[in-house]
Amino acid sequence: MLNSFWNWFVIIITVGSILACWWLLHWTKGVSDRSEDEVGSTGHVWDDDLKELNTPLPRWWLHLFNITIIFALIYLVIFPGLGNFAGIKNWTQVDQYKAEIASATAAQESVFGRFRDMDLEALMADQEAMEIGARLFGNNCAMCHGSDGRGAKGFPNLADGDWLWGGSHEQVMHTINKGRIAAMPALGAALGEDGVREVVAYVQQLSGQKADPEMASAGQARFQMVCMACHGVDGKGNQALGAPNLTDDIWLYGSNPAEIEYGILNGRNGLMPAFENTLSEDRRNLLAAYVKNMSGS
Amino acid sequence: MTYNDKVVRQFVVMTVIWGIVGMLVGVIIAAQLWLPVLNFDIPWLTYSRLRPLHTNAVIFAFGGSALIGTSFYVVQRTCHVRLFAGGLASLVFWGWQLVILAAAISLPMGWTQGKEYAELEWPIDVLITVVWVAYAVVFFGTIIKRRVSHIYVANWFYAAFIITVALLHIVNNLALPVTMTKSYEVYTGAVDAMVQWWYGHNAVGFFLTAGFLAMMYYFVPKQAEGPVYSYRLSIVHFWALISIYMWAGPHHLHYTALPDWVQSLGMVFSLILLAPSWGGMSNGVMTLSGQWHKLRTDPVLKFMIVALSFYGMSTFEGPMMSIKTVNALSHYTDWTIGHVHSGALGWVAMMTIGSLYSLTPRLMGKKVMFSVKAVDAHFWIATIGIVLYIASMWIAGVMQGLMWRAFNDDGTLTYTFIETIAATKPYYVIRLLGGTLFLAGMFIMAWNTFKTLGQAKAPEFKAAEPAYWGEHA
Repeated sequence: MLNSFWNWFVIIITVGSILACWWLLHWTKGVSDRSEDEVGSTGHVWDDDLKELNTPLPRWWLHLFNITIIFALIYLVIFPGLGNFAGIKNWTQVDQYKAEIASATAAQESVFGRFRDMDLEALMADQEAMEIGARLFGNNCAMCHGSDGRGAKGFPNLADGDWLWGGSHEQVMHTINKGRIAAMPALGAALGEDGVREVVAYVQQLSGQKADPEMASAGQARFQMVCMACHGVDGKGNQALGAPNLTDDIWLYGSNPAEIEYGILNGRNGLMPAFENTLSEDRRNLLAAYVKNMSGS
Repeated sequence: MTYNDKVVRQFVVMTVIWGIVGMLVGVIIAAQLWLPVLNFDIPWLTYSRLRPLHTNAVIFAFGGSALIGTSFYVVQRTCHVRLFAGGLASLVFWGWQLVILAAAISLPMGWTQGKEYAELEWPIDVLITVVWVAYAVVFFGTIIKRRVSHIYVANWFYAAFIITVALLHIVNNLALPVTMTKSYEVYTGAVDAMVQWWYGHNAVGFFLTAGFLAMMYYFVPKQAEGPVYSYRLSIVHFWALISIYMWAGPHHLHYTALPDWVQSLGMVFSLILLAPSWGGMSNGVMTLSGQWHKLRTDPVLKFMIVALSFYGMSTFEGPMMSIKTVNALSHYTDWTIGHVHSGALGWVAMMTIGSLYSLTPRLMGKKVMFSVKAVDAHFWIATIGIVLYIASMWIAGVMQGLMWRAFNDDGTLTYTFIETIAATKPYYVIRLLGGTLFLAGMFIMAWNTFKTLGQAKAPEFKAAEPAYWGEHA
């Protein structure tokens, strides 16, 4: 809100400027009416041959000018513009936004209403539900997980049936609603340079890669002290913590020893954002069903 | 007494050179939008740094040199007196070239204030201010010592351009320097945005419109050898234009954090601006009326009539785009780019080229350029280039706007952003072709200008006799 001074300042110079245009037109029209029959030169000559005629203002042009002035005045009565005066329609861009959202939400009620009583199996079998799920996924998830859901380095593959945080409907819904924060601590200082290399060998061995057996066995001892808290004694991970299973051949950051070593040395951080405040419950349900369907599990 | 034409010739030559440079950079970034790999992973050649180089080069180097050069020519001819303070005029020329050089180095280095059309950092802003004050002294000094009663209409527009650009430049560039290459502007948030677009739109209004209308008011009647259509229309549209333009800036910020009332004022004054703009166009077009037969033989007049047509078209399009409902579709799309270039290529560049083709031979005491055929070829190449450019950007822009806003029954977007880019690609290729044609025309002009000015030593011209007439002669 403008204070009283600026309010009147805006109103006065706005209306004043518009009326000044009108006055300018009116004044010169009067002048030109008086001399309409003599379209002569003004008598001024510059640079040997530059002259000016004294032609009256074209009538179509005057009308055009007047129409825009009238439009402006009417518009400023209806819509905000004159300082704090809100206009007789009380229009604001925020209200326009809210109205558009409300009407879109109402229109979408008929689309989503049908799915509300359906369970997970029914949703996964429903073609329309899966089509909407695919579009929701494309708009909201594909930028990290890829349009086919197969992920990228650091972004989990959702189509392989393997789950970091659990694949039950409740667990998937929790992931979508609240998001997930995955933290692998940096262990370079705790393990030392040799220790890191030994653990790398053991992790390679766990997943069935070739590794120096001596190094791996030294690594196993360290693993049981440092890593088992999250990844488990057998290295099969822990979905309650989002700690990956290290015994399979699925790799979030890559399977080559350099990537494994980097992860152990520097740690890794994964962030899945929470969607409970961005997407309606109807949408989150369809997304969970779509992801479940995509995973094939 | 003779006229000082040396500084005019210098500006004429640099206008053509900077035109080529600026448009070449434009063609390069147009090609990058089609094939991003063309930045070769070199920071100085990325779109983000070359784009401000393109806009600064065409507006301030090409347009600025044309405006200052022609104003020095016109103000002498229409005041019947030699340019005031010739040494200072030289300083304006060399100072302006130094500004351009500094821009050409600093922008690719990535030193920027981040304000569109006001990217140059504070030391260059200070230099611009010094040069501009010198320019104002030369121009108004000449007006003051004029030997005619009335100030010719072209000089009103040059005067408005000089005064307002000084005001805009200083207010928008107020900043706190931190190092030689970094500063922080004094405004914040929505106020900063508003000041920036008050500047931005008046750069269009006073640099790219008022200044070039001044050019039009001298070179159109000169070339057509007929009187200006209406003195009264000049008066009304001049005062209306310069007072209304000041208000139009907020239409660049529709549906943003700018308060509703400011947006409304920006829109209604943009609509009122239609008539003052068309007043200038009508005055130019009607000055040519009765001389239409000359269009068959004089390609210079063709440049001018096409420039005036594009001026009329883009000043109709502008008010339409300022209407909120239209803007909701057009904003942020390539439609804006098309609109800007119908003004920049169609109006500003065509009027500049036409005026220089009229001015350059006169500097040599001749009527026409070295090759009239080359002027004609330039006209057709440039016109076809503009049409390709604008039409492709219109189609691309409307398409982008419609694709962005399309959504499905379930509320999801119908098209992902990358789909809109893929759909735009063919139009980027057509635009590149249009821009390349326009650039090609500038090379023809450079050759023709070189041939015309190089024919002989430039003569000196005696100033016109003093002319005083009664108020109501």
